[in-house]
Amino acid sequence: MLPIGSAAPDFRLHSTPDQQYSLQDFSGKNLILAFYPADWSPVCGDQMTLYNEMLQLFRKQNAAIVGISVDSKWCHQAYMQSRNLHFPLLADFEPKGAIAKAYESYDDQEGQSLRSLYVLDADGIVRWNYLSPVSVNPGADGILDALGKINAKK
Amino acid sequence: MSKLKPPIGKQDHIRGHANAPVSLVEYGDFQCPHCGEAYPIIEDIVRELGHDLRFVYRHFPLATAHPLALSAAIASEAAARQRKFWPMHHKIFENQALLSVEALWEFGTIIGLDMEQFEKDINDRALEEKVEEDFESGVRSGVNGTPTFFINEIRYNGSHDRDSIMAALQK
Repeated sequence: MLPIGSAAPDFRLHSTPDQQYSLQDFSGKNLILAFYPADWSPVCGDQMTLYNEMLQLFRKQNAAIVGISVDSKWCHQAYMQSRNLHFPLLADFEPKGAIAKAYESYDDQEGQSLRSLYVLDADGIVRWNYLSPVSVNPGADGILDALGKINAKK
Repeated sequence: MSKLKPPIGKQDHIRGHANAPVSLVEYGDFQCPHCGEAYPIIEDIVRELGHDLRFVYRHFPLATAHPLALSAAIASEAAARQRKFWPMHHKIFENQALLSVEALWEFGTIIGLDMEQFEKDINDRALEEKVEEDFESGVRSGVNGTPTFFINEIRYNGSHDRDSIMAALQK
C-alpha cells in the first residue's frame, strides 16, 4: 500500500464504453478508491452494494467513490446495471492491473487486484489506506472515520 | 474489534429486561433472505433466554438490492408510534416471501393499527430519518451486510446457526 501523505498516482480508465474517469475529474473532492478482485464474486457484491447505499453519506463528507478492478468496461457495464450501482466502476484492463500496481494493490499470482481501500483528500494526497483479507468485506467504518478526520482539519 | 456505536439507548426497539446480563443487537433488512432465515432462530433464542437477554433490532436496509426494504422499515417505525413495532416486525419476517406495499397495509390492519394514523405516520419524513440514522450507526459500527449481530455491543463474527449464536451468548 502507498504510505499516508504520498501523492496519489494518476489514472485514466473506462467506466463504461462511453465514459472515462481520471484523478483530476475528482479534484476538489475527497475520493475513495475501492480496489476489489472481480465483478460478480459474492463478497465484492456485498461490498459494492453497501457503498451504493452510502453514496448520500459520502456526499455529505464531500466525497466521491470509485471501484477499480481488472474487469473490462463491458463487464463493468453489465455488472453495474445488474446491481443497480450508481457510482463508477473503473476498468483497470489495459495494460492489465497497471493502476492497481501503481497503488501497490495487485496480486500477481491471481492476476487481479487485492481488496484495498484508499481515501484521498481534495488535493489527491493519500490520507488513509486499508488492505483487507480478500474474502472479507471491509465495510465502511474506516472510510467514514478517515473522511471525518480530513473534514475536521479544514 | 468492532463496537456498537451508539450503545443501546432510548432510540432503540428493545425486548427483554433492561438489566439483562446479555444483549443481542441485530442490524437487519426486512427483505433480506438471510435475515428471514435468522428470524425464527432469533425468536427461539429470545424465548429461551427470557429475562436473561435484551434483544434490539436496528434497521440496515440495502435499498437498491431490496426495493421494499426501506418501505418495510418505515412501516415498522410507523407501527412503533402505536407501540406495535414488534408485532409488525414479526408479521413482516413471517410473510417475507409475500412482501409488497399492499401487504404492509394488510399487516397493519391485522395487528390492529389505527390505519388513518399509520397513513399519516408513514409520510412523516422523521421516520425515514430514523431508519437512516440506524443505517449510519450500523456502518460506523462496522456492519458490512445483513444480518449483522452484536453481542454485548461487540460485533459477533461467528456463523448464524442457533447453536453458534447461543454458545456466544452464554459465554
